[in-house]
Amino acid sequence: MNRLGELERAIMDVLWESAEPMTVRQVSACLTDRDLAHTTVMTVLDRLAKKGFVRRERAGRAWRYRPAATREAYVAELMLTALDETGDRQAALTRFARSVSGSEADVLREALAALTREAPSSRT
Amino acid sequence: MPAIVLALGAVSAGCVLAARRLSGAAWPRRSPAVAIALWQALGLSWGLATVGALVGLGIGLGARAGSGPTWRVVESAAGRPAWLLTGAGGVAAGHWNLLSAVRALCLASGVALLAVLCWILGAAVAAVLRARHRQRQLLGLLAHGDPKVPGVLVVDHPAATAYCVPGLRASIVVSAGALDLLSAAELDAVLAHERAHLRERHDLVLLPFAALLRAFRWSGTARSANHHVALLVEMLADDRARRRGPARELATALLRVAAYGGGPAPAGALAADTASAAELTARVTRLLRPQPRLPVLLVVLAIAAAAILALLPAAALLLPWGIP
Repeated sequence: MNRLGELERAIMDVLWESAEPMTVRQVSACLTDRDLAHTTVMTVLDRLAKKGFVRRERAGRAWRYRPAATREAYVAELMLTALDETGDRQAALTRFARSVSGSEADVLREALAALTREAPSSRT
Repeated sequence: MPAIVLALGAVSAGCVLAARRLSGAAWPRRSPAVAIALWQALGLSWGLATVGALVGLGIGLGARAGSGPTWRVVESAAGRPAWLLTGAGGVAAGHWNLLSAVRALCLASGVALLAVLCWILGAAVAAVLRARHRQRQLLGLLAHGDPKVPGVLVVDHPAATAYCVPGLRASIVVSAGALDLLSAAELDAVLAHERAHLRERHDLVLLPFAALLRAFRWSGTARSANHHVALLVEMLADDRARRRGPARELATALLRVAAYGGGPAPAGALAADTASAAELTARVTRLLRPQPRLPVLLVVLAIAAAAILALLPAAALLLPWGIP
């Protein structure tokens, strides 16, 4: 991943960790292990805001930044839209909601058990 | 002209019937690649034949030999020359009757259908590119590597899943749940399956069928075609994965994810698991007890049938216009 992408990721991690919106200064303070200029952090936060991942609000003279959604929400979106390849959102949603039903799962579990009984388990 | 139109209409209807037969057939599972080629030929042939039949009707209905729609220069009421489109069959200038209205409707429908088919294909491509872009954005922020699966992106989600993001910068994504659930050998089998999807660009095979389904949501045949081609594509990737490792590992991986995956795991067209238990069972059975492949003669016949089917409407459309 390129450097800019890596920075975006690091900054999102910082924002997700924090319970409160943070100023640029506070975000920089969390990234002391990297030698980052104040303007770099601001630029990356700007990019993230433009992409819609970060929201900002004025607090006095400074801007405060917070993530637009929780990390879990984005992971869920990732998993859901993985099947949106075909653009058929409706089908994607029904498939996501419909897991293998109880009785079907039992049948599959039995089949799996029978298979792994036949030969020594290959699980490490 | 009417003979060609009838022939094209027959091809169009025949494609729909053949699609229904193919949906119910058992042989495709023995040679998924051949069956996919046949599905593609059916889709292409239907599109060309239907458009051709409608356009041909629009031009040729009621036409007498040698006369077709022509542009003529006539004297208009004001005494100046004017262009005029006169219909065939002796319809006077500016005079519409039922026949010419029906012809105009057919012509318009044919052109509209062609426009719709081109449009939905473009729209489908745009939608897919947008979805992939968003996937890459999110993966950039959320995914990380793992020494267990070098070169693969891992997302921290408890439900077990594995899928690929095709395209120029293709990637394979695996959930943390899948890493926990599956053994090393099972993971290898799943990754081999996903790599086969990427290598052979199965996403391009699926695209036209998904696009057709978007345009004709109400059509059972379109839905069935999309569904069957998606399943055949999974079986094809299963076959490719089988070349690189024992089939048993992939079979147990599929069963494990479905039975213990941890709840609603996304099952997409190119994910390693399938939505329906019946389809999953079919794939597992196929992996463990492979049926003999189709005899070469049947394969050759099927390919030949597909080629003829695809070329039939094109041949009819290219025949000289003047034939009555």
